[in-house]
Amino acid sequence: MAAATEKGIGKIIFSSSLGTLIEWYDFYIFGMLAKTISVQFFPEGNSTAALLSTLAIFAAGFLVRPFGALVFGRLGDLVGRKYTFLLTLVLMGGSTFLIGMVPGYKTIGIAAPLLVLLLRLIQGLALGGEYGGAATYVAEHAPANRRGYFTAWIQTTATLGLFVALGIILLIKTNMSDAAFTAEWGGWRYPFWISILLVGVSIYIRLKMSESPLYAALKTAGTTSVNPIKESFGHRANFKMVLLALFGAVMGQGVIWYTGQFYAQSFLENVVKIEFMQNREILLWAIGLATPFFLFFGWLSDKIGRKWIMLTGMLLGVIFYRPIFGTLLKDANAKEWVTEHDKKSDMSLIKSTVQGDTTFNVKTGLLIINNVDEQWEFEGNKFIEKRKDTLIPAEGVIASATTNPVGNSTDFFLQVIPDTKPSYSNIQLNNSLKWKFIFLVWVMIIFVTMAYGPIAAFLVELFPTKIRYTSMSLPYHIGNGVFGGLVPFIATLLATTFATDPLVGLWYPISVAALCFIIGALYLNNKIDKDVND
Amino acid sequence: MGLIWMLLAPVIIFFLVKSAVHNIGSGGTKDINQPVPWIIIITIFTPIAIGLMIFGYYAFKGEYDKLPESSEEI
Repeated sequence: MAAATEKGIGKIIFSSSLGTLIEWYDFYIFGMLAKTISVQFFPEGNSTAALLSTLAIFAAGFLVRPFGALVFGRLGDLVGRKYTFLLTLVLMGGSTFLIGMVPGYKTIGIAAPLLVLLLRLIQGLALGGEYGGAATYVAEHAPANRRGYFTAWIQTTATLGLFVALGIILLIKTNMSDAAFTAEWGGWRYPFWISILLVGVSIYIRLKMSESPLYAALKTAGTTSVNPIKESFGHRANFKMVLLALFGAVMGQGVIWYTGQFYAQSFLENVVKIEFMQNREILLWAIGLATPFFLFFGWLSDKIGRKWIMLTGMLLGVIFYRPIFGTLLKDANAKEWVTEHDKKSDMSLIKSTVQGDTTFNVKTGLLIINNVDEQWEFEGNKFIEKRKDTLIPAEGVIASATTNPVGNSTDFFLQVIPDTKPSYSNIQLNNSLKWKFIFLVWVMIIFVTMAYGPIAAFLVELFPTKIRYTSMSLPYHIGNGVFGGLVPFIATLLATTFATDPLVGLWYPISVAALCFIIGALYLNNKIDKDVND
Repeated sequence: MGLIWMLLAPVIIFFLVKSAVHNIGSGGTKDINQPVPWIIIITIFTPIAIGLMIFGYYAFKGEYDKLPESSEEI
C-alpha cells in the first residue's frame, strides 16, 4: 500500500492532531477548574453531591476511559477509523460545551451534579476512543521509515492540549476579578464554551478526510474483523501482545507522563507552595520548550528503534525523580529561609495584616489570638508567613473584648507568644530560581517525551490492521488512565502512611516505571516493523 | 522471571485491599478515606492483576522468547 505524499501526510497529521489536541483540552479544563466546579456543582456538606464528585473524578479516568477504548476501538475496527474518531470528537466537544451550560447547584439542586457527572463520563468515554483512532489513522498513512516521526505529532497533542487549556484559563483569569471568574455564570465557563468553536473547526476539517488506505483495502477485500474484541483479547497470540504492550511499555510510560506533567504541578502548588500564577508559568515554559522533543524522539525511533528510547525515559525517571523533587522542595523552603536568617537584617517585610481573635482564659480573661499574615522578601523571593500569635494581657488587667483593640500595644500585654509552627505559602521565586525550576520541570517532561514520543508507532506495529484500533486502545488507556491517573491517589496514600518523608509519594511512579523497565528490557523487541499493512 | 510476575499480582491486590481496610473510615476526609474510590480502583485493578498473572504464566512458558515477526503469526 502506497503511503501518502509529503503534502498529503501533512494534512492528515494536522487534521488528526488538531482533533486530538482539542479532546485533551476538553478533558483537562475540567480537572484544572475542579475547585470552581466543585463549588458550583458539588457543594460541601451534601453527601450525595460529594459522592457524585468522587465518581466524576475517579470513574471518568479509571473506569470509563478503558471502556471507551473498547467501545470505540471495536467500532473503529468494524466501521472504519474516520467515522469513529469523528464521533468521539462530537461526543467530547458536545459534552464539554454542555458542562459549561449546566446551571449551578443553587439553581437546579441535585440535577446539577448529576448532569455534570453524566457529561464527564461521556468525556471519559470519548477520550478512550480518540487516541487509538488518531494514532492508527496517521500510522496507516505514513511510510515505514517515518512512522515514528509522523505519529509523534499525535503524541504532542496530550501535552499541547494541557498547554492550550492552561493558557486559555490564565488568559481569562487575568482579565477579570476572582469574583467574576467564580460566579455561577462567570468566567470559568468560558473555556467550556470556547470548546464548541474549536470542535466545530476540527469536525469540518475531519469531514474532508478520507478513510485510512489500509483499512479501506481490508474493507474492499472483505477481510475486516467480525468481532475485534474477541480477536484482540480472546486469541492467545494477540492477547499475549496486548499484555506485553501494557506491562512492558505503556504502564511505565503512563506514570512517567503523569508524574512529569501533572504531579510536578500539584507538588509545586501543594507541597512546595509556589504561588498559583508562577506555578502555571513554570509549567507553561517547561511544556513549551520540551514539546519539540516529542518529534525528535519520534524521529530518532525511526533510526534506532523504539524500545530503548522509551525505556531510557523510564529509567531516567526512576533515577532522577527523587533528586529533582528533593531539589524543588529544598530550594523553595521558606521555613528554612526564616529559621536560618535574621528577619530584621536579611529580609524585608512587604506587607502585614493582623486580625485579632479572642478566646477566654479563666486566669487572665480574654486572650488575643492574632492571625498574622506577613509578606516577606528574601533574596528576591517573596512568601507569605501565616502565624497565630498568642497575646497574654499584663498582670492585673482582665482583658475584655472592648478593651482589646486589634493591633495591640506591647505594654498592654505581658507576653507575646509567637506561633511555633507558622505556615508558609504563595512563594514567588526570584528570576534565577524560577528558571532553575523551569529547567527541572523541563527535564522531567523530556523523560515524558522519550517514553511517550515513540509509543504510538510502537503500538501500531504490534498489532494487525484488522484489530489494531481495539488492541492498542485498551492497553494505552489502562496504562495512562489507570496507572498514570492513580499517581495522586497512591501518592496521598503513601504520604499518609509514611508522613515523615515528603517525597514518599514518588515511590509509586518509581516502582511502576522500574517494573515496566525490567519487563520491557527483557521481552520487548527493538525491531521496527517495516510492514503494518498486514 | 515469569514466576515473579505471577506472584506479584496477588501481592498487589492484597496490598490494595489491606490499604483500603486500613484507610476507609479512619476519620480522615481525603479520597483515600472514602469507600467509592477504593471500590473503583480495586474493581479495575483486579482484572489488571489477573492480566499480570497471565503475563507471568506466558513468560514462564517462554512464549515471549520469540516475538511474532508478522501479523500472520498473530
